Amino acid sequence: MTALAMIMLALVAAGGTLVVFTSAPARQAVVLSVYGVLLSVLFLVLAAPDVALSQVAVGSAVVPLMVLLAVRTVRKRTRAKDADRS
Amino acid sequence: MNRTARWIVFGLGAAGLVALFGFALVHMPVFGGGVHPYRDATVAVSLARRSPNVVSSINFDQRGLDTFGEETILLASVLGAVTLLRPGEDETRARPPSGGRMLSATRLAGYVFLPITLVIGADVVAHGHLTPGGGFQGGVVLATGLHLLYVAGSYPALRVLRPLRWYEYGEAAGMGAVVALGVAGLCTSSGFLANVIPTGVFGSLFSAGTVPVFSVAIGVEVACGVVVLLAGFLEQDLATRTAP
Repeated sequence: MTALAMIMLALVAAGGTLVVFTSAPARQAVVLSVYGVLLSVLFLVLAAPDVALSQVAVGSAVVPLMVLLAVRTVRKRTRAKDADRS
Repeated sequence: MNRTARWIVFGLGAAGLVALFGFALVHMPVFGGGVHPYRDATVAVSLARRSPNVVSSINFDQRGLDTFGEETILLASVLGAVTLLRPGEDETRARPPSGGRMLSATRLAGYVFLPITLVIGADVVAHGHLTPGGGFQGGVVLATGLHLLYVAGSYPALRVLRPLRWYEYGEAAGMGAVVALGVAGLCTSSGFLANVIPTGVFGSLFSAGTVPVFSVAIGVEVACGVVVLLAGFLEQDLATRTAP
């Protein structure tokens, strides 16, 4: 294993830990997106460009976007219910 | 299920995974070593069928059935998510807001990258059998690239470029094409999704038999599926109002 792969593995481990310990879902989506980019670089270093492409498209674009939109929708509903109650 | 029961279920699952995975790891070739039995087997088959990208040869030819299963799962998940996201009883459709405040740098970047991303996506789909990529990757790039119009322009602009009905048809057509390809293999050759088209000249655009056809069909299905999925979320967020 090359030094670059070692560095990327360490960064991915640190990134993954950061994702787990970010508790607010909206912020977690952004951290997840950065983590997705790190993971795709690791795949590229390990000579798997096909997987890296999937990872960068799905893991750092589509999934965080879906999480953010879901958070917004839930917040909107909560706000509507709160307004209804008051 | 209470907390203790959940921990017991987790413990059993984790112990089983560690035992079986550990057992499998012991018998695997060493990471970064020189001995690769799977590589030797798949590269030979892939070269014999004129596909320079071995990964695509595995995805769309040697293990085509796995890809078929994956795409069926994607189709089912999109269907499920869109069903959950449709307006509920206490919700009504509303006019989406026509664009908020936006940095002009963001707007410019969006308009510059929109065509570039779409061309890259199409390229990744079309050359999946020659260079890294394929239908899935290219499809996701195409679908996310299209949403740069929402970033750069506005949601109504995206809606004009995204006649949802056609993307629903596209998703079904892509999946249908894969099934047709599979049945063609079943009828004329060794089995479901067998490589039935002549493999052509190594490295040319129309080569590797069914690999590019399968890849493009998957590309259409994935691109349309992701657009429909994100449209479900966007419509729920921007074009739905909860009744008081």
